[in-house]
Amino acid sequence: MSLTETPQQRDRATTIYEKSQAGRRAFVAPELDVPHDPDALPERFRRTEPPRLPEIAEPEINRHFNRISKRNFDLDTGFYPLGSCTMKHNPKLHERVAALPGNARLHPAQDPKRAQGALQLMYELQGALAEIAGLPHVSLQPSAGSHGELAGVLLTRAFHEANGDQRHKVLTPDTAHGTNPATVTMAGYEVVKIGTDAQGGVDMDDLKANLDEDVACLMLTNPNTLGVFDENISEIAQLVHGVGATLYYDGANLNAVMGRARPGDMGFDIVHYNLHKTFTQPHGGGGPGAGPIAVSDRIEPYLPRPQVVKTDDGAYDLDFDRPKSIGRLRGFQGNYGVFVRSYAYILSLGGDGLQEASETAVLNANYLLARLKEDGIGEHLPVAFDRLCMHEFVLSGAPMKKNLGLRTTDLAKRLLDHGHHPPTVYFPLLVDEALLIEPTETETRETLDAFADAIADILREGAEDPEIARNAPYTTPVRRLDEAGAAKRPVIRQPLD
Amino acid sequence: MSRYTSATDADRAAMLERIGVESIDDLFETIPEGVRLGRALDLPPGRPEQEVFAHLRELASRNVSADDELSFLGAGMYDHYVPALVDSIITRSEFLTPYTPYQPEVSQGTLQVMFEYQTAISELTGLPVSNATLYEGPSALGAAGFLAYQHHRRTRFLISRGVHPHARETLRTMSAGWGIEVQEIPLRDGVTDAGALADALGDDVSAVFLAQPNFLGAVEDLEALVPAIKDCGAIAVCSCDPMTLGVLRPPGDFGVDIAVGEGQPLGNRLDYGGPSFGFFAATNAFLRKMPGRISGETVDADGRRGFVLTLQTREQHIRRERATSNITTAQTLNALAAIVYLSWLGRQGIVEIGELMLQRTAYARKALAAVEGVEPIHEQPVIREFAVRVDADVHDVIERCAAEGVNPGYPLGADYEEHEDGLLVAITEQRTRADIDRLAEVLGRAVAGARRARRPEEVTA
Repeated sequence: MSLTETPQQRDRATTIYEKSQAGRRAFVAPELDVPHDPDALPERFRRTEPPRLPEIAEPEINRHFNRISKRNFDLDTGFYPLGSCTMKHNPKLHERVAALPGNARLHPAQDPKRAQGALQLMYELQGALAEIAGLPHVSLQPSAGSHGELAGVLLTRAFHEANGDQRHKVLTPDTAHGTNPATVTMAGYEVVKIGTDAQGGVDMDDLKANLDEDVACLMLTNPNTLGVFDENISEIAQLVHGVGATLYYDGANLNAVMGRARPGDMGFDIVHYNLHKTFTQPHGGGGPGAGPIAVSDRIEPYLPRPQVVKTDDGAYDLDFDRPKSIGRLRGFQGNYGVFVRSYAYILSLGGDGLQEASETAVLNANYLLARLKEDGIGEHLPVAFDRLCMHEFVLSGAPMKKNLGLRTTDLAKRLLDHGHHPPTVYFPLLVDEALLIEPTETETRETLDAFADAIADILREGAEDPEIARNAPYTTPVRRLDEAGAAKRPVIRQPLD
Repeated sequence: MSRYTSATDADRAAMLERIGVESIDDLFETIPEGVRLGRALDLPPGRPEQEVFAHLRELASRNVSADDELSFLGAGMYDHYVPALVDSIITRSEFLTPYTPYQPEVSQGTLQVMFEYQTAISELTGLPVSNATLYEGPSALGAAGFLAYQHHRRTRFLISRGVHPHARETLRTMSAGWGIEVQEIPLRDGVTDAGALADALGDDVSAVFLAQPNFLGAVEDLEALVPAIKDCGAIAVCSCDPMTLGVLRPPGDFGVDIAVGEGQPLGNRLDYGGPSFGFFAATNAFLRKMPGRISGETVDADGRRGFVLTLQTREQHIRRERATSNITTAQTLNALAAIVYLSWLGRQGIVEIGELMLQRTAYARKALAAVEGVEPIHEQPVIREFAVRVDADVHDVIERCAAEGVNPGYPLGADYEEHEDGLLVAITEQRTRADIDRLAEVLGRAVAGARRARRPEEVTA
């Protein structure tokens, strides 16, 4: 045993299957209170060997999951400046209201007459989201940002087809989230990539060169993934609409502009929101989230069904009678439990509070950026586009690599030893050795200072002995993992034979 | 300082000074004047926590939940008991508040959960490869369609009318741009018509979608259906109910290529339809074509066992427009609920609970068939749900039952015009014999009442 190995490191990730012993159990079945019918299921439909689920008593299930939970870093415990993910505080009130039996125990096929509270909540959330984005019609149905994107591009397809218009291409900037081009393919379109200009915005010449009547849509994030607000947005909207295409807003970065600017006013036709980002959901280790969409009048007839509506008598209902609808994107009404939390958030903050959230997010980002321009940091990690940022910004680790022999990944791994979650790394793709940093509004100045100090420490340490960061982390439950080996010889389930 | 932020006026002044600007407004200078909002958002002001709680509690009280009535609603989501252990574990900050495990050294908890979940789904479905969730059931079926579309550019999907109507519609929505015709295969005696399927099959068929049990509750004879699908080179996709897989032969036994389904019954609450999760399992042939995150085992620099997101070259952040899916955020916390639940149920429990559902469902079908004006829609084996026809207006019947505190089930008419007065009745381990007897009694009264109410109209007609 090494002198410095921690108890967690000694814990060799025994799985629950390896803790299983034949005959152990937690579940006590309710009694069979009906006459046993031996003919209920013909033998040929019957499974012969039960699935090899764990056999383990409740105390050990409890300990297993509690024990492995501690092998996670989490937002409740520390700073998590993961760019484009908006890791803001998750208010505990939200868990309480989502768990109310009237919400948590409400069956999705309940008659709307007996789900009026839920439908009212959804209706009012639709209204609030519409106001925030400046577009009048909202569907809450999509289950995540990428699902909202798919909805948006399918809406575009339905819109063009209704106009007897066959188009084949969708434009996405080279700064776009990978979900944008992947979505375009899923919707049956061809992707055309648009370049970025020296200010970090859409390259207008490249855009003009690629815009023609075969273009169905331009997908944009504004501010984009460089944290830059595209000042040409009005002209872009004019050009795109000029060829009859739609303008799509990827709402991953909406946290920058609430109460300050609205995609609808910028000329966007379709917007998706990431409720798990802007409207704070616990991210759950990778979901659940929700990706509602808002659209302009001309796109409204094609919205997914059902729509939540308010009827003339003041009741709320689900409207299935939408003949031009693209149809459903999933079962039932969407991730309602997510809606409850985001609605609670909007009520708690109010219009002024949402605006202040965005303002503080932008303040925090610019403050952290200013701190990271200091001597000892800025020369190694220059900002990719040197201007005031919005809610996030991109640094390049290329000089650090040249000066100190440290890659962005080394810096990220060493940050783990300092107790901070690293930023998003190696994205956006057009910045060499990129770090995308989004501090959010819920962090204090002291936390931002501590993070900047940690970066300065790591760079100082790197100048003296780069090997330290190159072999980091040291204090985490495991150290650097062999990802190439995992992909080459995939072991993706517990072998039980 | 608003809710959930810390910056005081003093902080703000110091920070602005450090940035080198005068005011917050200066930070938003890059937004051109023409697109600035220039007014406050038209939303009510923020409210104290206790008021928000009171308002939301009041809204929730206007819903009739499964706690407020004796409910036999199912149709894809089911009122199973969620053990306290699940709540205790999924509300831990360490699982609740991180994001996707991009930094595996500090995400071993989540990655191990994904690995253990994948193993359980693989065991349940009898297929070797599982991802770590998609959004929910119907869109998981759509994702199988996208895999088939990318796998071989064939031009027809065949989908049984026994597949959940939401999943059938979702497949149509998702495939709008694929140039694939979606053709439905009818049911006969409550199950997929094997003859109609054989007639429709051909070498232009990309994939065939079945459900086990099907939407009307019937257990499908997959052994009879799947070989013909395989013979013409189409991908066999089966949407299955995981709670039945302790008792029913798993799809992997029959040569099904891809098993998908709604994961809600596994330890996830009803939540008015979500969040839950969709599972997606496949044969080894599709390992590198799977959508979604997958956790894989590996070792760290010191030789310790660990887990990472693997086979990422399938994914959108690397492969972009050539990715196998656009999904990133999925339903990891819901997968955690599932693996905790499945561990709690255990290898014996999944069989016992399935057997209990089987017996109670058989009992319930007989009990309802004995009610005047109620008859089964089919006589196929059922395991957790069954369909009946009421000789009365089904909506009137439901309202009359509701007045007695019973929700008798899901009306089929909106999805199946041939079953206008059909009712789909779901049984879980939470519905006892006494509950079922009460349903039979209340339903009998309701049907009789609805028939009496109908009679004058019939006379005038």
